Amino acid sequence: MTDLLRIGTRQFKSRLMVGTGKYPSDEVMIKALEASGAEVVTVAIRRVNLDKTGESLLNCIDINKYTLLPNTAGCYTADDAIRTARLGREALETNLVKLEVIGDEKTLFPDNEALLQAAKVLVKEGFQVMPYTGDDPIMARKLEDAGCVAVMPLAAPIGSGLGIRNPHNLMIILETIKVPVIVDAGVGTASDAAVAMELGCDGILMNTGIAGAKDPVKMALAMKLAVESGRLARFAGRIPKKLYANASSPITGLID
Amino acid sequence: MDKMTAVNVKVNGYDKILPQGVTLEALLELLGIKTQGIAVELNHKVVPKSAFPATIMRDKDAVEIIRMTGGG
Repeated sequence: MTDLLRIGTRQFKSRLMVGTGKYPSDEVMIKALEASGAEVVTVAIRRVNLDKTGESLLNCIDINKYTLLPNTAGCYTADDAIRTARLGREALETNLVKLEVIGDEKTLFPDNEALLQAAKVLVKEGFQVMPYTGDDPIMARKLEDAGCVAVMPLAAPIGSGLGIRNPHNLMIILETIKVPVIVDAGVGTASDAAVAMELGCDGILMNTGIAGAKDPVKMALAMKLAVESGRLARFAGRIPKKLYANASSPITGLID
Repeated sequence: MDKMTAVNVKVNGYDKILPQGVTLEALLELLGIKTQGIAVELNHKVVPKSAFPATIMRDKDAVEIIRMTGGG
């Protein structure tokens, strides 16, 4: 049976979503996206540079191969996020949006109050909203109740690579939320991704963890394998943790 | 350009003086911007691509032209 990730009206085989920012070059980015096996890639929405109007990410990303997920990164108010989401929908002809409303420049933590407000407006307008949120289970529930097609709690601050800082909150979110829970932000290396998946998260969205690695293409493959491994381990059922040893070899039949 | 026949608009934050009657479609052409993969907001409202040819630029219009770029 194929283990599909269902988000709104779409379904995906890959549970790893990858950003397109901060790569050393477009060439490395394309190779990293390929190695990651991602089907969903996030993009930002920005003004066209009037001095270089020919520049476009469309020139290097195969839009027939990937589902583009426009984000509202850099928006500090609900209104700006709503405007950016509308522009993203028009530009990329998609109703998917990774909704971000940033509350603070230093931590890039979300402004959850404004996030919820924006989510409600966009859901009404027919968007399939995937909100970047904190790891607060109550807010996750409110976002689900507002009609979001996924909730995307951070594992740690964006770009920090600190890994899964609060696994217990993620566990509570996973217990209470029915829509997919995608860890968004903070994953630094493959073991972080595996831990998130072992906890039961439905997927992971990352950018810096891959783009900022010394070898982004190798890290993309590592993340792909870690997401798959973590998912398998989750359903394989790990052994209970014990304080003392439990011999693997028979304790009978030893030589005198 | 004759002040009477010109309009002042802001495009992505820059002041532009355009002849009166210029459409949004003509403005994009003037700027060398292809319509694929872009979106345009006029005075905070998204303009559907189908409306570009019939949208005439007025004095003090604020235009935002966006496209996707790398991001996470």
